[in-house]
Amino acid sequence: MTATRPPDAFSKGKTPTFEQSAKASLSDSQLRRNLGKATKTIREKRAVAVGELPDWEELREAGRAIKERTLRHLGEYLAQLEESVTRAGGQVHWARDAEEANRIISGIAKGHGAREVVKVKSIATDETKLNEHLEDEGIAAFETDLAELIIQLAGETSSHILVPAIHKNRAEIRDLFLKELDVDDLSDDPKDLTEAARLYLRKKFLSAKVGISGANFAVAETGTVCVVESEGNGRMCTTLPPVLVTLMGIEKVIPVWRDFEVFMQLLPRSSTAERMNPYTSLWTGVSRDDGPQEFHLVLMDNGRTDVLADEIGRQTLNCIRCSACLNVCPVYERTGGHAYNSVYPGPIGAILTPQLVGIGKPGPDSLPYASSLCGACYQVCPVKINIPEVLVHLRGRVVRHKQDSGTLKARLDPENAAMQAMAKVFADRGRFEKAQKAARIGQWPFARDGNIRRLPGRLAGWTAVRDLKPVPEKTFRRWWRENRG
Amino acid sequence: MSDARAEILDRIRDATRDVPGTERPEDVLVERGYRVEDEASRAEIVERFAEYVAEYDATVHRVGEEELNGAIREALERRSVNHLVIPADLPGGWVPEGVEAMRDGADGKLLTKEELDESHGVLTGCAWGIAQTGTIVLDAGERQGRRAITLLPDYHLCVVHEEQILGLVPEAIRKLEASVEGEGRAVTFISGPSATADIELDRVQGVHGPRTLDVLIVS
Amino acid sequence: MRVALFITCFNDTLFPETGVATVRLLERLGVEVDFPEEQTCCGQMHFNTGYQREAIPLVRRFVEIFGGYEAIVAPSGSCVGMVRELYAMAADLAGDPALKREVEALAPRVFELSEFLVNRLGVEDVGAYYPHRVTYHPTCHSLRMLKVGDAPLKLLRAVRGMDLVELPEAEQCCGFGGTFAIKNADTSAAMLSDKIRHVLSTESEVCCAGDNSCLLHIGGGLRRGRAGVETVHLAQILASTADGGNT
Repeated sequence: MTATRPPDAFSKGKTPTFEQSAKASLSDSQLRRNLGKATKTIREKRAVAVGELPDWEELREAGRAIKERTLRHLGEYLAQLEESVTRAGGQVHWARDAEEANRIISGIAKGHGAREVVKVKSIATDETKLNEHLEDEGIAAFETDLAELIIQLAGETSSHILVPAIHKNRAEIRDLFLKELDVDDLSDDPKDLTEAARLYLRKKFLSAKVGISGANFAVAETGTVCVVESEGNGRMCTTLPPVLVTLMGIEKVIPVWRDFEVFMQLLPRSSTAERMNPYTSLWTGVSRDDGPQEFHLVLMDNGRTDVLADEIGRQTLNCIRCSACLNVCPVYERTGGHAYNSVYPGPIGAILTPQLVGIGKPGPDSLPYASSLCGACYQVCPVKINIPEVLVHLRGRVVRHKQDSGTLKARLDPENAAMQAMAKVFADRGRFEKAQKAARIGQWPFARDGNIRRLPGRLAGWTAVRDLKPVPEKTFRRWWRENRG
Repeated sequence: MSDARAEILDRIRDATRDVPGTERPEDVLVERGYRVEDEASRAEIVERFAEYVAEYDATVHRVGEEELNGAIREALERRSVNHLVIPADLPGGWVPEGVEAMRDGADGKLLTKEELDESHGVLTGCAWGIAQTGTIVLDAGERQGRRAITLLPDYHLCVVHEEQILGLVPEAIRKLEASVEGEGRAVTFISGPSATADIELDRVQGVHGPRTLDVLIVS
Repeated sequence: MRVALFITCFNDTLFPETGVATVRLLERLGVEVDFPEEQTCCGQMHFNTGYQREAIPLVRRFVEIFGGYEAIVAPSGSCVGMVRELYAMAADLAGDPALKREVEALAPRVFELSEFLVNRLGVEDVGAYYPHRVTYHPTCHSLRMLKVGDAPLKLLRAVRGMDLVELPEAEQCCGFGGTFAIKNADTSAAMLSDKIRHVLSTESEVCCAGDNSCLLHIGGGLRRGRAGVETVHLAQILASTADGGNT
């Protein structure tokens, strides 16, 4: 049932660079208009929702600090979480990587003879490619978030953390449902589309033996796990099936129950720009005669400890997956999520992806450069991740990794050669002034009538869409010497 | 399995070796400068709750205690609910004459998923209300029943007493501490009927959970 | 008071008129200006492109050249941003706590031009005259990193003869982003396209900003389209006077 999705940074094999992928999406006029409109709408709504709170900045600071405390003592909190969940009747498993996590989950499903499972949206399960693994094991996984259902049926990947099917319009969705959902007739009115999905999924909810979810948060103190959602499918999957399995990245733990008072204010206003999202489920282990009687929490690393180890990169793990950064990013707004070739797109994806998969792969290595460093993301991040700082830091890691690899390719890299040369120029006043003169003379073949219309090589990207004013006759320092020196 | 645990904890220890061994979590300063108590009057708080719940397209009525039974009857009539699910400990007086009420957990018997799915609606109390966000909080406690009964029926009629309405989110979180400790009951926050904005960002009400939510605020 | 002018390698080479205007403006306001001629580049291009080890010597040079001044002024938000916000990261990378201390001591003394005028000199009316229709683009570094706030607008509003028009979606990045314009040329062009659209919608003669990097990019696009709109640095507008101001 799961059509094969295209590979991404977390699959085996190479992925294209951001620049390569962005080319296609930038010229997709439907995507440009839809996404431009959508992100503008959400960011205006967000501004209103946040503006309502006089203590927004205090909440942000508390959120940041709670995450800092958690990450600095992550081992202790995870051990406490395990204890609390177990005490409350749940079972805790540990997974070092995606494969291990997938095996644990399919193992539990198979142990209960489940041929079908229902899933609440979980980016972590997209990261591990759980659905593909379950299918290989003969288990059909049904996505129950409307958008996830849409992209699952279409065999595509998500293009946005919060509204994964934003790249699809209603006519496309209607056609898809007509084909896959066994309905005879359907309008393209979102109401009707939603009703078709509701009926289709209800059957699944009532019959499934195993439900699979992610987790927005888990409290070390009490063992409470939290899922934040809008549609009600989260409640369905975490309440109706007798067995529940939750996959959670280890960074999602928070110290105490009381910390929800911060995150339950930061998350809804930052993500869907509402005062509160329709449904939040907070369950602790198992409860007699209420919900699943078997609960499994799978704690997954899969590269998170590498992020943790980087003192500047560590703040990336503050992320509560609100997607506010996506909605204000001028790059994301124009290229869309697919250009990032990762389950984590946008500004947060640009820093999280390369850190999780490791530096040294061309596709993910290009992501820290997919930014003009404008800083809009940092302004809206509810947990104050200084994304521009991490982007710059990761660019340094990418370059140093290339340079230190010692390969011939690295040594011959033209960009590296140019940068080394320029560094020498800047390091000495005499060389600098000579270079200024050389630029003035060297532009002669390119400057026509006071304008440069075409530059060679790598610089051609500039003159593809811009003119360039020529280097002036006299530098500033020469004026200074002649007039003030 | 325990290999994975040991290895992950080792990795974490290694990754955080910049943290001094003597540092305790409490040593990391968390400044909580945000509001923890609403300074508005009780009347304003209740009014705001009513207003914000209504903004989510739930129907809200404010009634006196004596009017409660009548209001419940009226709401059920309006929604054509004859086949009602109620939690085991719901006061008998709340259910109007002529309405078939299925008590979940009566005589130790829980209703089946199909019975819940085929009912017309559910009537419950709640644990708390949060005015700041128009949220109803259920904690599987008094007069609320287990989670499935407020999930499967298509209509939820919820009775909120004014004393249960709190001003801010932090106030509710603190009140709920007792509910999640120890055995830990399941808590659900409900802010309007379910919705999605997944198709072209067009917000559509009513996907899975109850598509219609009526709230009675009792003074 | 006495300040050192940090001209920036970019302005020195490509926009000397901005430096000239900055000097004349500051002198007109009674500020003594020094130009330490050893200066070359703050290292931003290298650092932001990932060539950070290579930038460390440039950081040291900067600290040495400018360390003795009570105030350093630059007509560039992005270069000031580099010094104030990223020099500490460079010092950490160098593993040099002494350099870090020097950098931290120097940072508060480095100013972008508009914040220097409004916050340090306490001046909003610099006696300028510029009879043109102008729209102002707030550059990302000055807006979000340095948080200069409305200092530039306060200064522009006091300019006589000028018709100042608000730029729609002003806070959206123009798409320059340093080497981003080369490495992600298509996305940069897409962002530029919208910025130009907004500039043209104001029907201004001039688009003004506090960073020539953005202006080179925006101006390049305007000129390619023969839009007939000039790009002029904030310093040059503020330096303009009724009598031509050519000293």
